[in-house]
Amino acid sequence: MCNLVIGKLKIKTGVPVFNYSITKLANFPIPMADLVSHPDEVRVVSRRFGQGAANLDRYLELDGYKAVQKALAMEPDSIINEVKNSGLRGRGGAGFSTGMKWSFVPKQSAKPKYVLCNGDESEPGTCKDRLIFEHDPHSVIEGVMIGALAVGAKSGYIYIRGEYRYLLEIMQKAIRDAYAKGFIGKNIFGSGRDLDIYWHGGAGAYEVGEESALMESLEGKRGIPRIRPPFPAVVGLWGGPTVINNAETLANVPHIILGGADWFAKLGTPKNGGTRLFCLSGNIAKPGVYELPMGYNLKRMLYEVGGGIPNGRKLKAVVPGGASCPCLTAEEVDVAMDFDSVAKAGSMLGSGGVVVVDDAQCIVKFALRTMKFYQHESCGWCIPCREGTDWIKKTLMRFHAGGGMKKDIDNIQYLAENMLGRTFCPLGDAAAMPTIAFVKKFRKEFEEHLDGRPCPYEKAGAEELVHA
Amino acid sequence: MKFSDEFEARFAEMVPHYPTKRSALVPTLLYAQDEVGFLSDEVIAEIASRLDLTELEVRNVISYYSMLTTKPRGKFNVQVCTNISCMVRGGEDILHHCAKKLGIGHKQTTPDGLFTLEEVECIGACSWAPAAQVNYDFHENLTTEKMDRILDEYKKKATQ
Repeated sequence: MCNLVIGKLKIKTGVPVFNYSITKLANFPIPMADLVSHPDEVRVVSRRFGQGAANLDRYLELDGYKAVQKALAMEPDSIINEVKNSGLRGRGGAGFSTGMKWSFVPKQSAKPKYVLCNGDESEPGTCKDRLIFEHDPHSVIEGVMIGALAVGAKSGYIYIRGEYRYLLEIMQKAIRDAYAKGFIGKNIFGSGRDLDIYWHGGAGAYEVGEESALMESLEGKRGIPRIRPPFPAVVGLWGGPTVINNAETLANVPHIILGGADWFAKLGTPKNGGTRLFCLSGNIAKPGVYELPMGYNLKRMLYEVGGGIPNGRKLKAVVPGGASCPCLTAEEVDVAMDFDSVAKAGSMLGSGGVVVVDDAQCIVKFALRTMKFYQHESCGWCIPCREGTDWIKKTLMRFHAGGGMKKDIDNIQYLAENMLGRTFCPLGDAAAMPTIAFVKKFRKEFEEHLDGRPCPYEKAGAEELVHA
Repeated sequence: MKFSDEFEARFAEMVPHYPTKRSALVPTLLYAQDEVGFLSDEVIAEIASRLDLTELEVRNVISYYSMLTTKPRGKFNVQVCTNISCMVRGGEDILHHCAKKLGIGHKQTTPDGLFTLEEVECIGACSWAPAAQVNYDFHENLTTEKMDRILDEYKKKATQ
């Protein structure tokens, strides 16, 4: 029992306010088909999954909206410092320090400032924000609110991809409920401050997950990236300073404010605070979204948490952080899953999408499917990406179909290397990086396709892709 | 051009959320498409005039987003994901199975106007692959048998 004094407010609560020593919750009280659990999990972002927290009253029972009240009594700079010290880094893929990003927003601005939640989750292999929106939508709202208090914004937008219609509806209800209670809108929690949160729906575009394209999309335009500088923190939505964070990043923020930067930082490894929602998918016995501490060993994740490779197959490769990350071979998976360790191993932690590939899969085909995706999603704005993805895709198609020439292998790598760092936005890099890794690490498999030989992995009678 | 009351309520709620009118364009187009089935010339003209845009500006946006279409689709849009996580778990088999069963290919519609088939990029169901969406409903951990049952159920729904 405790009385929490927050600013001018006194909140009397019937339950211990916050006991973050108990981060390992037991099984979910409500059985959910899409949820999995493992004893190694440390539940922070997912602690309310399966607890019915999309309901506002239930969310309040589970420490809901306490963090934002605490933040209201804090100086903006101390909020930013807390987030900086927590070691929270962007969960969308780039892994940039969230507190640092917030600190780039100018204190004084003639134009309104904004916080924008990126819920355009579309990196192949990633399905974590979906669970946050479904099970804990208010934590995202609260995260946006705290971000807005930290940078001095009066409006926040939560952008959810068009395919996630049911989640947009959950979010719309959550926002409506929070308005009805007076948690958002005018004079929030009697603080004299106004803060509006709005929802926004997309209509199908991977590219829009890139921060500047996201702003274009929200402004009702084609999702084409903007040239930087100026960065969004200075010139963003409608020309105003804008903070853009991934949904998982923002969902972590209330926990940091309540649990403290030290607690959060200690959950992970140095400079990699907290946990991550890892989406295990592909050829793995127990696929699912698991919340594990930053720095968790990938090999253990695959064999202990994920239950290993099914059907008596062997591991061939792992894409550790979504389709844009260079693959790791079976020999390279003994790596700590934090931003710096995975970077040292030559890949990226990315968006937490761990795609497992067994030895029955053809890497050339895998590379082709990856490139087909990037070619489809390239916005066509800049030439290296538009032409590069198309050229590599066509080469890989011919190659996989048995029309490959020896020089194609080097040419694919040459094309990809010439896209790297030469595009307006990271989509070009995202297409190039995995391709280079496939060619470098699995050159032998490419060579097995030469001289008109059929793909050694193709099932007899398998048809080609329905459309190219 | 008349939309439902629900659409009008949502549109009226949405527009004041933004400092510029056109910001409401993308979600408005999708909600309009949900009602009409596709973005017809009439819908485009109506939305353009409501948001103070030219029809060309609206078409320019439509052509960018993969969910928006100016061509009529079937009542049920069957969108099968074949991206990497789904591919390694048999997503292509699901797609080919649907193509065979429905007798149509990518972005084609059955003669009875019930089904459109589409091969789509990642729909965010990677841990529950292979997966497909029929309109907005997710169907996950698919097998060809399960897909059969799903398609049959939609067909039954349409004839009831």
